[in-house]
Amino acid sequence: MLAPLGARARDWEGPAIFVEGVHKSFGEVHALSGIDLVVERGRVLGLLGPNGAGKTTAVKILTTLLAPDRGRALVEGRDVVRSPAAVREVIGLAGQATAVQEELTGRENLEIMGRLYHLDRDTRVRRAGELLERFGLVEAADRPTKGYSGGMLRRLDLALSLVSLPSVLFLDEPTTGLDPRSRNGMWQVIRELVSGGTTLLLTTQYLEEADELASEIVVIDHGLVIAAGTARELKSRVGGDVVEFQVVERARLQDATGAVRELSDAEPLVDRETATVTLRVGDRGSHALVETVRRLDALGIHTEGLGMRHPSLDDVFLSLTGHGAEEAQPGASRRRGAERLRAQE
Amino acid sequence: MSTTELSELVALDIPSPPALERLRLGIADTATLTRRDLLIWLRNPAFIFFTIIQPVMFVLLFRYVFGGAIPVSVPGGYVNFLMPGIVAQTAAFASFGTAIALARQLQKGVIDRFRAMPMARSAVLLGRLSADAARLTVTVAVIVAVGYAVGFRFQNGAGPAVIMLVLAVVLGLTICTVSAYVGLAIKDEESVGSFGLVWLFPLTFVSAAFVPVSSMPGWLQAFAKNQPVTIVIDEMRALALGGPLALHAWQSAVWLAGIVAVFVPLAVREYRRAG
Ligand SMILES: Nc1ncnc2c1ncn2[C@@H]1O[C@H](COP(=O)(O)OP(=O)(O)OP(=O)(O)O)[C@@H](O)[C@H]1O
Ligand SMILES: [Mg+2]
Repeated sequence: MLAPLGARARDWEGPAIFVEGVHKSFGEVHALSGIDLVVERGRVLGLLGPNGAGKTTAVKILTTLLAPDRGRALVEGRDVVRSPAAVREVIGLAGQATAVQEELTGRENLEIMGRLYHLDRDTRVRRAGELLERFGLVEAADRPTKGYSGGMLRRLDLALSLVSLPSVLFLDEPTTGLDPRSRNGMWQVIRELVSGGTTLLLTTQYLEEADELASEIVVIDHGLVIAAGTARELKSRVGGDVVEFQVVERARLQDATGAVRELSDAEPLVDRETATVTLRVGDRGSHALVETVRRLDALGIHTEGLGMRHPSLDDVFLSLTGHGAEEAQPGASRRRGAERLRAQE
Repeated sequence: MSTTELSELVALDIPSPPALERLRLGIADTATLTRRDLLIWLRNPAFIFFTIIQPVMFVLLFRYVFGGAIPVSVPGGYVNFLMPGIVAQTAAFASFGTAIALARQLQKGVIDRFRAMPMARSAVLLGRLSADAARLTVTVAVIVAVGYAVGFRFQNGAGPAVIMLVLAVVLGLTICTVSAYVGLAIKDEESVGSFGLVWLFPLTFVSAAFVPVSSMPGWLQAFAKNQPVTIVIDEMRALALGGPLALHAWQSAVWLAGIVAVFVPLAVREYRRAG
C-alpha cells in the first residue's frame, strides 16, 4: 500500500499552514480582505463559504498561483512569496477544474505526473499502480480518461495531486457537481487519506461536507473570516437545529414566544408579519420539538407548519451576518453574530 | 500557540538549488512535456486532420482545381510554384493546434496544476514549442511527399532543398509563438477556435503562397508584397527553384527574429499571469 503521506518537511515544527492578514483584490473586487488561518500538522481545515466568498483565491495564494497584495502566508514554514519553489515541493493541489488530460489514460496521466516530480522509473510506475488501486481505478487504468465518469475523474484528479506524497494537500471543492453516491465515495477516499496524517485544506460550499471531513471549520464571506470552530460548535452555536412554527391567533404570539423562550439557545426570532417563531435548539432538535408541542398545547395555542430542520449553510450565514429575515436591522443582527463568535473563543 | 507567538514565526530560508541542477531539471521537464504533447496530438483525430489531411487536400485542390487557371513563370510550371507556398501556408496554419491546446489546458486546470508544481516556469512553453517542431516536421515531410507524387521537383539541389524545409519549420514555429500568446490571452478554447486565429487567413492567403502577388489589385499588393509570410515564401522559392537568395534571406531573418522577440515575452507574461 501507499507509503504514509506527510513524511516530508521535518525541518519545520510550526503549523503546517499559517496565514496572517492576507489581502487580495482584483481591481475593484476585494476577494480577500485580511484573513488569518492556522492549521496544525495532520489536521483538516474546511474552508466554507458561498460562491465568490474568496475560497479559491485563498487556495491559489497558498499554492503560489497568485501573489497576495498584503499579508503573509507560510506552508510548512515556507513563505509563498519568498520561496514559492520550496512551497511547491511540499504541496499537492486538486483545483476546482480538473487537471486530467482527456486524451491520456489514467495510468499515463499519473506516470507523466511522476516524471514531472522527477521520480525514478520504478517509483513512478509503482506509485501510479498504488494510486490506481487505492482510488478504485484499476479496471479503467488503461482507457483514455475521456470515457471516465465525473466521479472517476475527480478520483483520478485527487490521485494526481498525491503522486509526490505531499505533506500538505489543497482540495478546492472536491465534490461539487457529483451525485450523492460519488460524493460519498470521494468522502471515503479523503477520510482514508487524512487518517494517514496528511494536512488538508479543503474548500466547500456544503456544511455537511465540512462536517464529514474537517476537524476545524472556517467560514468566510466577502473575503472575511466570519466564524471559526469545529462543526459541532458551528452547528450548535451558530446554526444548530431549528424549530419553527406559525401562531394562528396573532394575539397569542407573545404568550407562545414566552412559553418556548428557554428552549432556544438565543432569543427566539419572531417575525411579526407572518407570526412565525424560530428557535435555535442546537443539537437537541427532537427533544426541543416535542417540548415545544407540549408547552404550546398546554396553553391551548394553535400553530401551523410546526417542524424541525437541520441547519443549512444558509442558517449559518443568516445567524452570522443577519442577511435575510432581519434585513431591516442589519446592524443589530450583525452584532449578535459577533457576540456568538466571541462566545466561541 | 497563541496569536502573538504565531506572528513571530520566522519563515524558513530555503536556498534555491544550484543553477546547473535547475538547468538539468528544466531540460528534463521540457522533454517530459514534449512527449506528453506529442502523445496528446497523436490521440486527437481533429489535430491529425488539421496538420495532415487538410494540407494534403490543399495540395490536391490547388494543383488540380485552381492550378490550371493561374499562370506563373517558374521552371516546371504551377506545381513547382505552388509547393514552397503551400508548405509555408501549412506550417503557418499548424500553429492553430498550439493556441487551441494551450487554451484548453488553461481552461481545464492543467496549467494551474503545473504552475503549482516544482517545475521550471519555461518548461510548459518550451515543451509545447518542441512538440510543435516535431509536429511541423512531420507535416512538412508529408506535404513534400504528396507534392512529389503530383509532379513537384526541387530544382536547386539537395542542400537548398533541406534549408527550405528547415525554414518552413522555423516559420511555423515563429507563428506558433504568436498563437501561444493568442491562446493564453484568450483563455477559452471555443473562442480561440472560432475567432482567435482569423489573423492567419490574410497572412497566409494575401501572400505569394498560391498566386503571384502581381496578379492582385494594387492596394492589396502593397500588403501582400511586404508582409512576413510572403517574404519567407520568396526565400523558400529561391531555395527550391533557384534565384537570388540574399535580400529575402536577411529580411526573413529580421522578421522572424522580430516576431519571436515580441511574442515570446508576451506569451510568457500571459502564462505567468494565468492564475
Ligand atoms: N482573476 C480574477 N479576476 C477578477 N476577479 C476575480 C478573479 N478571481 C476571482 N475574482 C473575484 O473574487 C471573488 C472571490 O472569488 P473566488 O473564486 O475566490 O470565490 P470562491 O469562494 O472560490 O467562489 P466559488 O464557490 O464560486 O468557487 C469573486 O467575486 C470573484 O468574482
Ligand atoms: Mg472557487
